[in-house]
Amino acid sequence: MGWLLTRRAPRRRIKGQGARTRPVALGRPRIFILPTRAGMLFALVLLTMLLGSINYHNSLGFALTFLLAGLGFLSILHTHRNLARLEFSAAKTVPVFAGDDARFNVLVKNPEARARYALSLQIAGLTPISLTELAGHDTRTVTLAQPAPRRGMLAMQRLTASTRFPLGLFCAWSHLHLDAHCLVYPAPHGARPLALSAAPDAGNHAHGAGEDDFAGLRAYRPGDTPARIHWKSIARGQDVLTKEFSGAAPDILWLDWEMLHDLDAEQRLSQLCRHVLDAAAANLHYGLRLPGLRIEPASGDAHRHACLRALALFNENPTQRR
Amino acid sequence: MRIPILHILPASALPAGAPPAVRALTWLIGALALAVAPQVLYLPVWVSALAFAAGGWRLLAARRAWPLPGKWTRVVLAFAGLSGVYLQFGTVLGRDAGTALLVVMTALKLLEAKTRRECVLLLFLGYFLIIATFLYVQSIAAALYLFAAVLALTGALIHLNKAADASSARASLRLAGVMLVQAMPFMLALFVLFPRVSGSLWGMEQSARGARSGLSEEMTPGAFSALAQSQDVAFRAAFSGPLPAPRERYWRGPVFWHTDGRTWSPGHGAATPPALQASGAALSYSITLEPHQKTWLFALDLPANIPPDATLSGDFQLRANAPVERRIRYEMRSYPNYQTGAPSAAELRRALQLPSDANPRTRALATSWRMELAELNDDAKLVQHALAYFNQQPFFYTLTPPLLGVAAGDHPVDEFLFDTRRGFCEHYSAAFATLMRAAGVPARVVTGYQGGELNPIGGYLTVRQSDAHAWTEVWLAGRGWVRVDPTGAVAPQRIERGVAAALDAAVAGDADFAVQNGLWRRAWLQARFRWDAVNYRWGQWVLGYNAARQRQLLSQFGLDALVERGAAALGLALVALLAVLFAAFSLQLLRNRPAHDAALKLYRRFCAKLARRGVVRAPHEGPMDFAARAAAALPQCEQEIIFISRLYCTLRYAAHQPAHAYAQLNNRVNEFKL
Repeated sequence: MGWLLTRRAPRRRIKGQGARTRPVALGRPRIFILPTRAGMLFALVLLTMLLGSINYHNSLGFALTFLLAGLGFLSILHTHRNLARLEFSAAKTVPVFAGDDARFNVLVKNPEARARYALSLQIAGLTPISLTELAGHDTRTVTLAQPAPRRGMLAMQRLTASTRFPLGLFCAWSHLHLDAHCLVYPAPHGARPLALSAAPDAGNHAHGAGEDDFAGLRAYRPGDTPARIHWKSIARGQDVLTKEFSGAAPDILWLDWEMLHDLDAEQRLSQLCRHVLDAAAANLHYGLRLPGLRIEPASGDAHRHACLRALALFNENPTQRR
Repeated sequence: MRIPILHILPASALPAGAPPAVRALTWLIGALALAVAPQVLYLPVWVSALAFAAGGWRLLAARRAWPLPGKWTRVVLAFAGLSGVYLQFGTVLGRDAGTALLVVMTALKLLEAKTRRECVLLLFLGYFLIIATFLYVQSIAAALYLFAAVLALTGALIHLNKAADASSARASLRLAGVMLVQAMPFMLALFVLFPRVSGSLWGMEQSARGARSGLSEEMTPGAFSALAQSQDVAFRAAFSGPLPAPRERYWRGPVFWHTDGRTWSPGHGAATPPALQASGAALSYSITLEPHQKTWLFALDLPANIPPDATLSGDFQLRANAPVERRIRYEMRSYPNYQTGAPSAAELRRALQLPSDANPRTRALATSWRMELAELNDDAKLVQHALAYFNQQPFFYTLTPPLLGVAAGDHPVDEFLFDTRRGFCEHYSAAFATLMRAAGVPARVVTGYQGGELNPIGGYLTVRQSDAHAWTEVWLAGRGWVRVDPTGAVAPQRIERGVAAALDAAVAGDADFAVQNGLWRRAWLQARFRWDAVNYRWGQWVLGYNAARQRQLLSQFGLDALVERGAAALGLALVALLAVLFAAFSLQLLRNRPAHDAALKLYRRFCAKLARRGVVRAPHEGPMDFAARAAAALPQCEQEIIFISRLYCTLRYAAHQPAHAYAQLNNRVNEFKL
């Protein structure tokens, strides 16, 4: 979903500071513009020059003062133009673990032929990121990090696009609420061994770590999991080989919420997260049981993600969280 | 320095505290050098040397990453610079000392400029340097050059506002050019309409007025190749009756008797004036004289009364008893038709004085005339003959004549009369007086002003420094001293309508000359005369655009009332602006406590809110530890608690502070609810 800083933008609601519900005038997103500290200093310099010109009856002094005043006035328009009509949209995000920084990719598109310079993008309260130059009709990606302190669906905080180009006398900015979210997995921690989580009543081979009877090597086929690649042979300079294991169908491991009844909810989720990661790393066949949710045993990256997603969104309202 | 309004500005990814890119710094130093270069003509040598040395050193330091001077070095240098300027000028104020101080301080600021903010300040100082230069020189060439310097400074400012790795410098320069061109209409409108006031806001030292009086203690034609065309007012004359015709507006000033063949000087004049036989009515008028630091008083030919505290010399020169240092006003009566009595033998002798070895060709010409007209034995005929000579030979009126008699032993009058034949009133009057004396006719040179512009609103004549003029008087038996103006024989427009008209006529009227001298020479002369006329208009309409001219111009469009009202509005606006600035700065001084103390206060409020819910911060707990514990205890507010705590830590402990962080913390703490 993109934001257009243009008059032709469709009708939108901008949730600005203290203006959460007030609708914005038709198709006119707000670009604020105010003098910077340098701008105020410039005004003071001009005032001094004007007083000097008046005192010395210096016509060229007047001319220079008025020329610079015109320049300062024009810089309002130029600064505004440097920001106006840019289009912002959010790209897909990669899930992170709680405590890490979520990385939001913001696409900045310049729909016009003239280049833009010295743009700053900032998530509220965080370090601004520079977009040095955006050529005409170009689109650039700016990656903004935002702390993800807890699991759930993390919404990107208010984004501020600003610029002081060209003279630095004025700062133009606009607040943007991009509909960007990042899935935040629980922070993986907890010291319970994987084995203990096996549920004896599940009728599965909790202890059967399975697939550990090495049977031999065969040629690598696309699709083989990296965990089964025989790295030593690669190190020796031979062809890529895949380890084969014999035995019965893999044992099933259930990661179960109920098994961790002595921990509180978040701790259980963190522990389960740890277990999912460990099980996936060991290439086990595992399933996840949460109150009201059951993910059948499987393996592979998609399964791992499904499990982590379930943990992340457990008892969460999966929509907005700011 | 924290200014409240700035807190709501979003932070820039290019913070003012960051160091400037080397390329931007190089450009900045180049632009500053351009701006300061013309000042080299006026600054003490050591100041110029310091400025360029500082620029060169800073450039090297940026390229080779040398450390910049430490605090004590800078303090010592600043003190040395200040004392140097003081020792040189005896003051640090005023135009000359102020400019020198500005250059010194800019150079020292350059030495320590580490951040983009300081670079921006330097560029603003560069604009200041340019306006200071305008106090010294205001020619068209200087204006064009300094416009180029403004372009360079603006380009540097734009480049400074790009990031280090931004695109070419040329794009920045082009944008600067575009913006300056766009700003032109704005400048023109303000230039014409902004209310001009007469008088000064504070004192203006003599040097800034410039030694631009159109008159001097002596006269050396050909010594300067261009006449300063100052549009400053010399005096104003209000008549109680009708105005004199333009050709009779000869305002008498210093009279020169003595010549060494090159320079004319007063010599020793007779103490008491000879009798004056006036015929016709006297003109009554009052003169408001601007201060000019000399004792000259001006009156129309010939003055009949003596103002208080003044004397009248034997050659009808009015002199005040003390230099005129304030604007004065005096009442005068003059008789345009007059006859002077017989001069003494000594006076006639002085009026025939001529060095015997100077200007032989001129003397030969005068002798030949005398021989030609010997049978008439009429000095008046000789005068007519000489005027006809000026009128018929290809003489030209110009304000930028070639230099004359550069080497010793040269004969400047010969050169002028027979070779260059281009000059203004000084050349013509000196040559004419020399010719007359060589032919045995007593003559003297009179300087003063000729003309005057009628102010249609005030009904008075304004006489400007550019109206300065020189003419001659010859003594004719039976008529006494008679005014003869040889400039009028060459450029009658000068007398009737002023300098500008004379220059225009010179452009148009050299067709005959062209036949003799060929196309190229003609084109060159044309260009030269045109340039002359352009320069004069520049002086008249750009440099001399003042309160009176503004009123005159705007009244043509019926806009004068606007300016009258505008002046009051401007005064009010200036006062209001000063008041607002003062208020902003004083408020900001009051609020100027360290940001981290303010942050601590906010954080305490935040802790108090948590404490109300039973989460009390232990004295030993750091903010992040406490945040973790509080977040665990109040999970519904976890994100907010962590965020506020982080922000607080940034504000208190981070080396680089986002400019808006304080405002952000303020908002978040205020909105924080449990």
